[in-house]
Amino acid sequence: MPIGAVVFWILALVTVGSAAVVVLARSLIYSAFALLFTFFGVAGLYVLLGADFLAATQLLIYVGGILVLLLFGVMLTHKIYDLDLRSEITQPWAGPLVAGGIFVILTAIAVQTEWATGAPRPPAPTTRTIGEMFMGPFLLPFEAASILLLVALMGAAMIVRRKKDA
Amino acid sequence: MITLPHYLVVSAALFSLGMLGILTRRNAVNVLMGVELVLNSANLNLVAFSRFGPGNLGGQLFAVFVIVIAAAEVAVALAIVLTLYRLRRTPNLDEADILKG
Repeated sequence: MPIGAVVFWILALVTVGSAAVVVLARSLIYSAFALLFTFFGVAGLYVLLGADFLAATQLLIYVGGILVLLLFGVMLTHKIYDLDLRSEITQPWAGPLVAGGIFVILTAIAVQTEWATGAPRPPAPTTRTIGEMFMGPFLLPFEAASILLLVALMGAAMIVRRKKDA
Repeated sequence: MITLPHYLVVSAALFSLGMLGILTRRNAVNVLMGVELVLNSANLNLVAFSRFGPGNLGGQLFAVFVIVIAAAEVAVALAIVLTLYRLRRTPNLDEADILKG
């Protein structure tokens, strides 16, 4: 088995396994830390796919930003001395049924379709090309995304502000 | 040889697990983690198609936008969860029935 395939299977196992822990763990803290490994696994898969810039972005924003925010969310919505941080399950039958059905359908589609794939491109640095595309043909969505981030920042601050300060 | 369907199956597994989290968890923060899994699986699909497809780097560019929107989404969603917790002293979604008439 070539080395690339071995790395792929290891990364796939880490990603899917830790994602299962995120969903199935009894404790919210376990879920949050398993999510860390899922994000690392997905970043590794990006590297395998030749997306170096995206892998770095994944680590910076997901691990450095979103995961920390989620941990803040876990800590702030529980009393600190409430150490078990349980998360209860609802829909114990319909939920797994729907999720399993979606997995079967998606896998069947992915395996049976004749994808029009070409030869994979040789790995090359992508950062420069992505930057030029942002500053060229994708300038309008780029600016729209920056406005979206500004609005989300102000909206989040607005929502959590206590009413008596207003 | 690792080809496109391998990545698609991994992405399908991530999507289904995220879906399971969204459907079965009561805690709002845990549901948000499920949403992050779903967004990551979509990103994995975009990057895989960008690699194996005939096109250019458009898929990776799209993935960057998805990451930006995920960051904005999680910030606003956590603000809502915190406000809900302040009002109701609970992070559970099924007890958030203030708007029910």
